[in-house]
Amino acid sequence: MAETQDLVTLYRQTVLDHSRQPRNFRRLDPADRTIVGHNPLCGDKMTLYLNIDQDRIEDLAFEGTGCAISMASASIMTEMLRHRALDEVQHEIESVIGTFEPHGQDDTPIAGAMAALGGVRAYPSRIKCATLAWKTLAAALQNQNTTVTTED
Amino acid sequence: MTAIPDQKKMTPTALDVDRLRQDFPILAQKINGHRLAFLDSAASSQRPQCVIDAVRHYYERDHANVHRGVHTLSHRATEAYEGAREKVRQFINAASTREIVFTRGTTDSINLLAASFGQDIEAGDEIVISHLEHHSNIVPWQMLCERTGAVLRVVPINDRGEIRMDEYLSLLGPRTRLVAISHVSNALGTINPVEQIIAAAREHSIPVLLDGAQAVPHQRVDVTALDCDFYAFSGHKMCGPTGIGVFYAKEEWLERLPPYQGGGDMILTVSFAGTTYNDLPYKFEAGTPNIAGAIGLGAAVDYLLDIGMDEIQAHESAILDYATNAVGGIDGIQLVGTAEHKAGVLSFNLDGVHPHDLGTILDHHGVAIRTGHHCAMPVMEFFGIAGTARASLAFYNCREDIDQLIEGLHLAIRMFN
Ligand SMILES: Cc1ncc(COP(=O)(O)O)c(C=O)c1O
Repeated sequence: MAETQDLVTLYRQTVLDHSRQPRNFRRLDPADRTIVGHNPLCGDKMTLYLNIDQDRIEDLAFEGTGCAISMASASIMTEMLRHRALDEVQHEIESVIGTFEPHGQDDTPIAGAMAALGGVRAYPSRIKCATLAWKTLAAALQNQNTTVTTED
Repeated sequence: MTAIPDQKKMTPTALDVDRLRQDFPILAQKINGHRLAFLDSAASSQRPQCVIDAVRHYYERDHANVHRGVHTLSHRATEAYEGAREKVRQFINAASTREIVFTRGTTDSINLLAASFGQDIEAGDEIVISHLEHHSNIVPWQMLCERTGAVLRVVPINDRGEIRMDEYLSLLGPRTRLVAISHVSNALGTINPVEQIIAAAREHSIPVLLDGAQAVPHQRVDVTALDCDFYAFSGHKMCGPTGIGVFYAKEEWLERLPPYQGGGDMILTVSFAGTTYNDLPYKFEAGTPNIAGAIGLGAAVDYLLDIGMDEIQAHESAILDYATNAVGGIDGIQLVGTAEHKAGVLSFNLDGVHPHDLGTILDHHGVAIRTGHHCAMPVMEFFGIAGTARASLAFYNCREDIDQLIEGLHLAIRMFN
């Protein structure tokens, strides 16, 4: 059935795999930056830990609870961005948020590992789940040691 | 498809649900290729055609402002608006229409009380609520406490999601000024022992507010028999329009309490030397009210009474039993909220599937449920969970809706395992 196909696209094996066994799912201690991302609508809450070495991300990890989409997105993000230069990271963040955010209906292919989450764009109510980790990282890079929420 | 064995002991439903469902045009549609199984009535119910027609008829033929014109339309609008107040009075068996204040909903009703009653609250006074409350019966009291230095005391619950009556009794004391407790919990469906709650408060002469948002649509409520001081509920959860609700208060309270908002309609005379407030209940209805909303609510009351509140309760209770057995019987399901006395709410979690993902998968299968904290974060915190999936019932739900929910749950299990 077509509807089931949509669901299978949303919950691809890669997504389920990352959500069941999230990569870099641990606490960094010490961490240069620690920031909490929160989606109060569904209770997703993640803590992101970031260590920066000059202008590179030396280590990036997270802990928390959330739906399959938000966990997979955070897990994929940490794999993609470890050891990357900060200016590249900034670019990736903008590009990911840009492809997911406009209206969620965009068909332009998503580059890189985040392509696995492309199915989310057919579900406007789930876009925030996919972007939570990325927005949290963006705030961490601006050196905000606060809580980021999806609701403002 | 999962076959669910018939329960022999189930009371036969007296309701002709197939016929009732035809009164609800919205239920006839397909969602994602499936019949709609609407299991989110605790958030907001659907409306029968007669309520939609009442509102429409009013706008097409009778609309004008109320209480202030001598012309025909104003007279008709006033008759219809005040007629709705009388219907609501009968529905909850209040002594007089002077005790029925139209508001925007439960939240507005509770804020009315907090603002008005709150003017007499002092530092050190205590307001008693429970751990089961909806945010709208927590935050207005927190705000009042912040403003006045009063103290919020919270009655704990047990792990079935029931109020601990021993703790409640020990919280009542000379400093308690008000008890504000839900009649039925929206997150778990627990029906609270409001008779005992009120009786105990009476012994200390403490007034009681009941948040009846989840009670009024599902069972007979008689405020006179309950002998509560205040009762709040919303139109949109009982087949009425959004933006209309009711604040019931005993007349002696409404006489004593200062007005909530100032403006037109709530006054008799205004001069710069001073203002005389209008008679009850108008003293608490400043400004042009939601006339169409009240009329729609009146139509909803007629509709519900025509079906019968006892019949509604019996039917929902049978469907809840059916759902509890069917959902609770699935491997990996934890039911959250297993009180002995429950209304039509089934909150649960499924191992390995976050409620949010479950909501998306069920929607694909035409099943509408709510996921998350249900505006009752303290309840979720108590159970140590971020949220639940919640299926909630109305009289128009049938076994087929539950069977479809079960199919959807099996689909989720297959996808995630
Ligand atoms: C128990 C309870 N109290 C209060 C409310 C708030 O009602 P409203 O949003 O209609 O003001 C709700 C609605 O979800 C509720 O279930």
